[in-house]
Amino acid sequence: MRTLQFLLQKEFRQIFRDPAILRIIFVMPMMQLLILPWAADYEVKNIKLVVVDHDHSDYSRQFVSKVTASGYFLLNTYTSSYSEASQQIADDKADIAVEIPARFEKDLVKESEAPVFLAVNAVNGVKAVLGAAYLQSIIQDFNNGIRAKWIQMPRLSPEPNIEVVSSNWYNPLMNYKWFMVPGILVVLVTMVGSFLASLNIVKEKEIGTIEQINVTPIKKYHFILGKLIPFWVLGLIILTIGLLISYVAYGIVPAGSFFTIYVFAAAYLLAVLGLGLLVSTFCSTQQQAMLISFFLMMIFILLGGLYTPIESMPTWAQWITRFNPVTYFIHVMRFVILKGSSLADILPQLCIILIFAFVLNSWAVINYRKRA
Amino acid sequence: MEAENIITTEELTKRFAGFTAVDAISFNVKKGEIFGFLGANGAGKTTAMRMLCGLSKPTSGKATIAGADVYKQTEQIKKSIGYMSQKFSLYEDLTVKENIRFYGGIYGKTNAFIKEKTAFLLHQLNIENEADKLVASLPLGWKQKLAFSVAIFHEPQIVFLDEPTGGVDPVTRREFWNLIYQASERGITIFVTTHYMDEAEYCNRVSIMVDGKIEALDTPRGLKETYNATTMDDVFLQLARKATRADV
Ligand SMILES: Nc1ncnc2c1ncn2[C@@H]1O[C@H](COP(=O)(O)OP(=O)(O)OP(=O)(O)O)[C@@H](O)[C@H]1O
Ligand SMILES: [Mg+2]
Repeated sequence: MRTLQFLLQKEFRQIFRDPAILRIIFVMPMMQLLILPWAADYEVKNIKLVVVDHDHSDYSRQFVSKVTASGYFLLNTYTSSYSEASQQIADDKADIAVEIPARFEKDLVKESEAPVFLAVNAVNGVKAVLGAAYLQSIIQDFNNGIRAKWIQMPRLSPEPNIEVVSSNWYNPLMNYKWFMVPGILVVLVTMVGSFLASLNIVKEKEIGTIEQINVTPIKKYHFILGKLIPFWVLGLIILTIGLLISYVAYGIVPAGSFFTIYVFAAAYLLAVLGLGLLVSTFCSTQQQAMLISFFLMMIFILLGGLYTPIESMPTWAQWITRFNPVTYFIHVMRFVILKGSSLADILPQLCIILIFAFVLNSWAVINYRKRA
Repeated sequence: MEAENIITTEELTKRFAGFTAVDAISFNVKKGEIFGFLGANGAGKTTAMRMLCGLSKPTSGKATIAGADVYKQTEQIKKSIGYMSQKFSLYEDLTVKENIRFYGGIYGKTNAFIKEKTAFLLHQLNIENEADKLVASLPLGWKQKLAFSVAIFHEPQIVFLDEPTGGVDPVTRREFWNLIYQASERGITIFVTTHYMDEAEYCNRVSIMVDGKIEALDTPRGLKETYNATTMDDVFLQLARKATRADV
């Protein structure tokens, strides 16, 4: 016990004396949480729009101005020739063409509803599909607005209240950040767990101090605990800082309890620390450890459901995601933060992560013994 | 009266993937001796020393350290030895005091022991003013002396020193050897490798390793007589010239 105290004291001293580690602890979460959700945002803006107006009526112009006022679209061309519009799409100058039929105003007045036609440029699939979805909701809104207007006319209310309805109708912006931030928190915790811990151990190999430790009567488990505990604490600190930043910057407050998040994170950190330890037993230089960790992180992130929904991956990739601890943590974080899942709800994931922790740590310890 | 053997080896061998780094070496070191373990670069000194410290498992042969077997009783060995590796082995990002405290602590020494011995050691090395400075800021010679003092902090029976004075200036080397003598007087057996032949003269007995084998073992005076040489340098050159192993 006393040995462990000395090891922990040494480790914490070194960690808090290392400016690089301090930067990683405080600056990395800030950078990742403040920049990534914006840069990696799938929300689509500046969709280039071509309007083919066969009607040239008041209502058609009202409709177009409503579309452009939504802020998602840039009106590129206003024309009455459909072939010009399709040419623009072919040349990639426009993302979406809206065709307003000649009977637009008449139909609206008569039937309170009028069809418009959309043609989308599917080269940039996300932009096209989301753009079409926005547009549809605006059209629906417009139709509703017209109806409201007809009803409200007699009551001397010249401005139909269209704007307000539309802005609450579809708010991908907020949802998207809420969706990304929990995932980024997971990446942060994973990096600290596996990256920093393995680098730290390999550094001792590189400078030769591990030989000095190995020649003392220190028990292997003391040494390993002396390495795991500080980075376990660091991981939880990073998580706390990350949660704070997500609250301050995005107003994200978990719908579920912090207790659930921390219980899962504590178990999860054991698993990734085991992985870090394992990586360190295979490497003799920090470069090797970096490369391996980097490679693993790439796979973990790409096949963890952070950017791509797991359901939309091919079957073989879905199969891999089951062996990726990141998958489970991202799932749990999203469910606890967005949906309010309780500890009981995430019990299956917790068990799987504990199995990960057990297997990885045992493997690492066995491997470590062999080398010494 | 003959002193008892504290290190015994018999046909001790280490092979790395078909390459024999240490080739069946047999020798004994007596208690309290200063034993010089010489050899050219790549002769196999570090490899042999790591086996004796329980850091690497021999391929074959026997060895005991203070009565403990190098195959089975490595934990016992670790309690009775100190080791200063060829690589610098203190933590550069800890202060002098913190390093001493850390190593004292993991050898299970009490706080009172650590405190008292630290004060003595700082005084002995004349680095009281540097006690709270990071080790990284010390000159190499001071670091090496400190590393030696830390290696024998827990009063081991034997200390293994792997090129402790490499790259150190002659004055500091003399000071270093004074520390070695002081430790030796307290009864610590010294097992030291070096490339400096003047240091070989300070040893009670010297072995010279060539290509993984021990080619000669005697007192410095005995070696000079056998090889009809006036200096240890000469002895070493005569033997080392036989080496076929490429320099590292
Ligand atoms: N882990 C290893 N795997 C393979 N070969 C090794 C290993 N360790 C050492 N060797 C080889 O064994 C030989 C002896 O190395 P060793 O380090 O023991 O020499 P040395 O006498 O200490 O040399 P120096 O004076 O340069 O320190 C060298 O040729 C070295 O390349
Ligand atoms: Mg060597």
